[in-house]
Amino acid sequence: MQKKLVVIGNGMAGARVVEEILKRAPGMFEIVMFGAEPYGNYNRILLSNVLNQSQRAEETFLNPLSWYHENEITLHAGVRAVKIDTQKRCVLGYPLPAKVNAYELYEGSFDQGALVSESYDHVIIATGSRPFVPPIEGQSLSGVFLFRTIDDCQRIAEFAQGCRKAVVIGGGLLGLEAARGLLTHNVEVTVIEAVNQLMPVQLDAESGEMLKRTLEAMGIRVIVSGRTQRIHHDHNKITGLALQDGTLLETDMVIISTGIRPITEIAQASGITVNKGIVCNDTMQTNVPEIFALGECVEHRGKIYGLVDPIWDQARVLADVITGANPSARYEGSKTSTKLKVMGVDLVSIGIKDAEKPSDEIVLYRELRRNIYKKIIIRDKKVIGAILLGDTEYADTLAQVFLTEQAVPENPSELLFGAVEGKALINAADLPDHAQICNCNGVCKKDIVNVILNEDCKSVSAVGAKTKAGKGCGSCRGMIAQIIESCLGKVSYDPAEHYYVPGIPLEKSQLVAEIRAKQLKSVSAVFAALTAGREDADSKIGLASLLKTIWPGQYEDERDARFINDRVHANIQRDGTFSVVPRIYGGVTSPDELMRIAQVAIKYKVRMVKLTGGQRIDLLGVQKSDLPSIWRDLGIPSGHAYTKAFRTCKSCVGTDFCRYGLGDSISLSQEIERRYQGIESPHKMKLATAGCPRNCSEAYVKDVGAVAIGEDNWEIYIGGASGGTVRKGDLLYTAKGHEETIKIFGRFMQYYREHAKYLERTYGFVERIGIDILKSILIEDSLGICSQLDDRIQEAVDAYRDPWKEEAALPAYEHQFEGPRLVEVLREANNNG
Amino acid sequence: MRTPYLVNLGKVGDIPLGQGICYIVKGTEIAVFRSREKKLFAVENKCPHRQGPLSEGVIGSGKVICPLHGHKFDLTTGQGTEKGECVRTFEIWEERGEIVLNIPGDLLNIKEE
Repeated sequence: MQKKLVVIGNGMAGARVVEEILKRAPGMFEIVMFGAEPYGNYNRILLSNVLNQSQRAEETFLNPLSWYHENEITLHAGVRAVKIDTQKRCVLGYPLPAKVNAYELYEGSFDQGALVSESYDHVIIATGSRPFVPPIEGQSLSGVFLFRTIDDCQRIAEFAQGCRKAVVIGGGLLGLEAARGLLTHNVEVTVIEAVNQLMPVQLDAESGEMLKRTLEAMGIRVIVSGRTQRIHHDHNKITGLALQDGTLLETDMVIISTGIRPITEIAQASGITVNKGIVCNDTMQTNVPEIFALGECVEHRGKIYGLVDPIWDQARVLADVITGANPSARYEGSKTSTKLKVMGVDLVSIGIKDAEKPSDEIVLYRELRRNIYKKIIIRDKKVIGAILLGDTEYADTLAQVFLTEQAVPENPSELLFGAVEGKALINAADLPDHAQICNCNGVCKKDIVNVILNEDCKSVSAVGAKTKAGKGCGSCRGMIAQIIESCLGKVSYDPAEHYYVPGIPLEKSQLVAEIRAKQLKSVSAVFAALTAGREDADSKIGLASLLKTIWPGQYEDERDARFINDRVHANIQRDGTFSVVPRIYGGVTSPDELMRIAQVAIKYKVRMVKLTGGQRIDLLGVQKSDLPSIWRDLGIPSGHAYTKAFRTCKSCVGTDFCRYGLGDSISLSQEIERRYQGIESPHKMKLATAGCPRNCSEAYVKDVGAVAIGEDNWEIYIGGASGGTVRKGDLLYTAKGHEETIKIFGRFMQYYREHAKYLERTYGFVERIGIDILKSILIEDSLGICSQLDDRIQEAVDAYRDPWKEEAALPAYEHQFEGPRLVEVLREANNNG
Repeated sequence: MRTPYLVNLGKVGDIPLGQGICYIVKGTEIAVFRSREKKLFAVENKCPHRQGPLSEGVIGSGKVICPLHGHKFDLTTGQGTEKGECVRTFEIWEERGEIVLNIPGDLLNIKEE
C-alpha cells in the first residue's frame, strides 16, 4: 500500500528531495508538502537579480505549481506546519496570516478553525533558515528590511524608488548582493560590517581588504568594524543610523543582512533533538526514526551548511535511504567550495581560509594593481583551502584537486596559473566511470573509454569525432589524452589536427609561407602547387578566406571555392530560400530606410520580417533569383550576415539620450562598422560598444567590445562569446578616444585574421594564445609588428567593396542568381540501340 | 527492365566551372556539376538528411558537400559519409557542347510498356 510522506518546507531543499524521491520511486509515496510562502519553490540564489530587476520573480521559480499537480503532490502553500504529533502520527499546521513573513518567528494566534492536519508514515523537515537580526534599536521601523525572500525583494525595490541613500548592515555574501541590487536603483549605498573585513566566511583579511578597495572604486562606501546601535527616525521616517563608536550616517532606508539561523521551532515542539540545528545522523534521520531532515535547518556532525551543494548531497542520500533504492547510502559531510561573483568580481573560496597549524604551507600570489589575490593552503600534500579573487581561471581544476583529495603537483603554482605545456593536473585515469570529462558536450568517461576500446579511436581528435568530447572549449583535451593513454598505453598523434585545412598537410604558418613564397593568389593555384592539382572540397572555403586575407585587393576570386552564401551574398535557409540582412550601422536606421525595407518586403512577398540579435532587420524566405533586384530596390549595403567576416557592431544609445551614458557608443559603433564592414576572417566577428558598464549592448561578451568608463576612455574586451559558448571577454587595453579604440580593434582583428585557425572563434583564439601574450604583442609591441598589423588591416579596409552594390548592377558571372531550370524531355532512346 | 531516357540539358558552358545547377526534369530535381577538370556529374538534388539542395554545394575530388549541414556524397557512386545515406546518380556526358543526361523512366513517371 502507498505510504504517506509529509514534507515540511517547500524551499530548494524540500523540493529537491521530493524530486530525488520521484526519480527513484515514482508512486511509492503519497506526498504532501507544507510551504509557508504562498509560491511554488524558487531559486533563492537569484534573488539579487530580482532586486536589481535583471530577472523577474517568476524566472526564479524552480517548479511551477503545475509540477505539484502533475506529480500528484498536495501543496499547502502559505500554511505553516507548527507541530508533529509523533503519538498520533500527524502534522498540524495553520495558514500564516497575511503580512507575516514566511520565516518570521510568529508567536501570535492562528485561526483555529483553519487547522490543517495530515497523517504520515514519514516526515521530512526542510524548514531552512531565517535571517539573524542583531539587537538594533529601531529595527521595526518602516524602511528597515531583511533580504531573504521574493517578497523582501519587491518591498525593497519599491521603497528604494523614493530614496537617495541606503545602508546595508552586513558585509557578507547576501549583504553585498543586496548592495549590488540597490546600486541599480540609483541610491548611494553604504555597507557596514561588524567584523574587521568583508565576507569573513569566504575571505581572509588581506583579500577582504582588496575586495573593499574594489567596491569603493565602484562607488560603494564600506565601513568595517562598525556595529550599528540605533536607527534614527523623524515621525517614523528613517533619517539616519548611529554606530556604537558614535559615528552618524544619513540614510533613507536600511537593509539588514547579518547571517542566518536554522528554523527549528517545529522540531523543538515535537520532541526532536535540536542543538544549533536539527540534529541528524548520516542517513539524515533525526532521533525520531520516521522523521528526517535536510538543508539549512540541519546540524550534521556539528556542522550547519548554508550552500546548495551540500543540500543536493543530502537530498540524494535521504532519497536513497527512504525509498530503499540504496539503504546503505550515507552522508558524510560536504567539502565546500563556493564560486561566485560579487558585484562583478569573480571569487572562489574553497575549504578553510587561513592556515590552522604551523606546518600548513601557504602558496600566495597578490597583484595590487589589478586586484588579484590567489592563495592555497596545503597540508600533507593536499589542498585544504584556497581563495581566488579577481581571477578564477583555474578554479575548476583546483576544486577537483581539493574535492578528490589528490596530491598537489610538484610545482603548486600550476594550481593557480595552469600547467606548463598543457599538462593536465588531474589524472583522468583515476576518475570514476561516471565522471563528466567534457562539460561542454556532457560526455562522461565511460563513453570515451567505450570508443577507445570498441571503435578504434587512438587520438584525441578521433575520440572527439565520435563523441564530441573536447570539441567545445577544448579544455578537457588533456584529460582525454590521459584516458587514451590509460586504455592503450599511448596516445596517437593525429597531425591532421593542426592542418589549417584538411586537404593540405601544413599548419597555418607553413601554409601562409608557401602561399607567399609561391605567390599563390587563387584557390586552384594553391591546389596546383601544393596537392598536384587534387582539389579537396573540404579545404576550398578555408583557403579562399585565407587568400583574401593574405592578398587584399589582389586575390583571384574563384566562386566555386565559396560557400553558397558567399556566392550569392545571402544566407541559405532550411528550405533553400535565402535571407537578406541590410547593413544598419550601429543599429540606427531612418524612416526612409524603413520604408524602403517595407516596400521590398511587400513587393517580393518576403515571408517574415524579423529583428535580429545584431540590431538589424532580416528579410526571410527570399528566392535566389530575386536577390539582385531586392538589393537594387533597398539601396543599402550588405550587412554580411552570411559570411565568416566582420558582422556588426551593436550599440546602446550611449550619450545621445541615455541618462547613464558615459561615452558616445553610437558614433563609435558606426565608425567601427563603416571601417571594418565585410572584412573576412577565420570565423565571424560580432562586435559591440557600450556607453557604460551596464553593458546593455553586451560588449563584454562580444568578439571585440568597447565599454565606456568616462572621459572618453574605452575598455577594450576581446574573445567574448555569447553563443553556444559563453565567455566574458578579456580586457586588452583601455583606449583614449574613438580613434585609438578603432585602431586597437583593427590591430587585434588583423592579428586574429593572420593567426587564428580556420573556424576558430576569437574566444578560442584568445584562450589559446593567452591575454597576457596578446597584450604584450598588440599593446606593448613586443614583436615590433603593431605598425605592420595596422597597415595590413588598412589594406583590407581599402580593398572592401559592397558586393550587393556591385553584383546587383552586374552579376559576377552568368547564371549567378539563377534558380532551378525546367527541362523538356527532347528525345528518348532505347538502351539496346 | 527499366528503359533509359536521354534528356538534353542545354549548353555545357551554362554551368560555371566547379559549380552545379539544379535541373527539374518532369518534376524530379537533378543536380548537375561541372568540375574544374571539366568532368560532368549528375545526382539527385535533395540531400536525404534534410532535403538540402546539393546543387548549391561545394565540390572537389568527386565529392559534394551539402550546404545545409555538411553531409558529403560521392558524385560517382552516390555513397554518403553518414551512416545509411546515399543519393541516386545518373549517367551524364557532353555531346557537341551540350549536356546529355540518361535518366531511368521510373523517375520520369513514364509507364513501362
